[in-house]
Amino acid sequence: MAGIEIRSLRKHFGDLHAVDGVDLSIRDGEFLVLLGSSGSGKTTLLRMIAGLERPTSGEIHIGDQRVDGDVPPRARGIAMVFQSYALYPHRTVFQNIAFPLEASRTPRKQIEEKVRWAAELFSITRYLDRYPRQLSGGERQRVALCRALVRDPKVFLLDEPLANLDAKLRNTARDDLKRFQRRIQTTTVYVTHDQVEAMGLGDRIVVMERGKVRQIGTPHEVYEDPVDTFVATFVGQPPMNLLDAGDPSLPPRTLTGFRPEHFLPKSVFGAGEDLRTFRFAVRRVEYLGSDRYVYGAVAGGAPGAHATIIAKLPATIALAIPEGETHEFAVPRRALRYFDPETGLRRKG
Amino acid sequence: MTARLPPRRTLADREEVLGALMLGPALAYVILLVGVPFAFAIVLGFSNATAGSLSFGWAGLQNYTAILADPIFLRALRNSVVVTVGSQVLVVVLATAAAQVFRATFRGKRFARFVLLLPWAVPVSLAAIAWTWIFDSTFSVINWTLKAAGLLHGWLYWLGDPALALLAIIIVQAWRIFPFATVIVLAGLSSIPQEIVEAAIVDGAGFWRRLFRVELPLLLPVVAVAVLFGVVYTATDLGVVYILTGGGPANTTHVLPTLAFQRGILGADLGQGAAIAVFLLPFLIIVAIGMLRLAHRTEVGGAR
Repeated sequence: MAGIEIRSLRKHFGDLHAVDGVDLSIRDGEFLVLLGSSGSGKTTLLRMIAGLERPTSGEIHIGDQRVDGDVPPRARGIAMVFQSYALYPHRTVFQNIAFPLEASRTPRKQIEEKVRWAAELFSITRYLDRYPRQLSGGERQRVALCRALVRDPKVFLLDEPLANLDAKLRNTARDDLKRFQRRIQTTTVYVTHDQVEAMGLGDRIVVMERGKVRQIGTPHEVYEDPVDTFVATFVGQPPMNLLDAGDPSLPPRTLTGFRPEHFLPKSVFGAGEDLRTFRFAVRRVEYLGSDRYVYGAVAGGAPGAHATIIAKLPATIALAIPEGETHEFAVPRRALRYFDPETGLRRKG
Repeated sequence: MTARLPPRRTLADREEVLGALMLGPALAYVILLVGVPFAFAIVLGFSNATAGSLSFGWAGLQNYTAILADPIFLRALRNSVVVTVGSQVLVVVLATAAAQVFRATFRGKRFARFVLLLPWAVPVSLAAIAWTWIFDSTFSVINWTLKAAGLLHGWLYWLGDPALALLAIIIVQAWRIFPFATVIVLAGLSSIPQEIVEAAIVDGAGFWRRLFRVELPLLLPVVAVAVLFGVVYTATDLGVVYILTGGGPANTTHVLPTLAFQRGILGADLGQGAAIAVFLLPFLIIVAIGMLRLAHRTEVGGAR
């Protein structure tokens, strides 16, 4: 068991700064998610922790050991699960799981015990004699986790392990993964571009963009209190609405942000609530079963503020919203967030 | 657009005709230049035909009993096996090692790769002549080098000593197939997914464990193909032995093709020459079947 300390870590590939000065402190036993779009540097960061990539500069400490120099992956006490699972195609499931143990010269009998124990944990005991290609995606993913588990690693590194599963399987796999991590309490670093995974799995989320950390926080903090417009629009589906509302009580040129689920017809709010009302010109209504997405524009904003605004109405609001008409919508003031349009940074207001 | 195309079915639409038409030349080539001589050789093996005469009489198994009782033939048969197996073992080891080198990036890699492929491009006869100088009894560069390095006392008569001559033949045959095998292994290596290699690294496997437990097993089908080709090229090769030793000293380094050539063409005994050559066949068929089965069984992701 060990935490991870990362200090001003950089990785340059020629002119490309894949990881551009990252400081990160991962607590012992924590499930930390690196969230970012492709090219954000999240995978490079993970690979540097694993030792598959050498940092250009900076420090990585796993537990009390500094590993950024010449410490090879095998000496870092890590286990990694790859996006493709990277199972050895010529080895049976048993031999796949046993491989890290063989590499560490574990006695044969102990290997046998350990593999059976891990296979039991992931209910793949009946596949032990099969080859990877005879397994489904979900089964392969569990084999890959087993192979990582048997090493008793100090740290789990997971590189989009659910990306190759179909949507239905992904939900159960996510649940399995979280329960498993809670049970073994091993520090886990999980890379994904899927914010639902990040929100659902992470104790904390690190939002990355172009090699830099934009925000570190619990899913709640990242969602409710984004530090800038990037995080605000990257996390959340649909993204946070941003508009220059031209509110006279605010400093000039302030972006007002609010989540689509807070943007509702004024009539649904109670009388005592402190609301900010908008004239919402509805363009289109999308019916999605559990929700309705209402697309439109806010009238009366600052000139040039014609961005599409989305309202997310839960199915419990049965109110008719005719397309092409203007409605009274409102946002509770406590749900409003303010940003500087130049820097994108959060403004208290 | 479509209106400009011919309204009726043309030859290009009739795949069954087109297919037969395109396959024809290749089939004719194989039948006329491989099949016919092959059948003719088997027939000749049972005859007493000689070069320079049109007479043709059946000899039954006489040619076969004659060569099987002939120590020179038995020695040639043994040499064929030794040279083929020896050179291929050498090739597999060297090609795997070289492929590891060429997988890395280094300065002058393109040039090195070009040099590597040269033996493949040089005509066999020309290369064999160069090798006769390398193994020359007086000027052997190997001997002089070893001598200068203080590793050799005395003198090695490469082509004058039966054992050394056989070794020389193995070296030259290995040198010939090596570039081809390296390229094949290199292709096989690059087909191994990077994530699998990285998984092995993270799983704690060192270089040798990775090589023997992950890479080589995954390469096996590809290496099998390289060896299959190598065996066929080496076992049927006439030029190297013919130029290097001519079967000497004292007929000790003959292989089946050179002996067949000597008896059948130079010695004019077509029947016996054919009988000797036919001995290559079961040998190669067994190897081919074995290798193809191996390749099939261990296909990447295969193995049931």
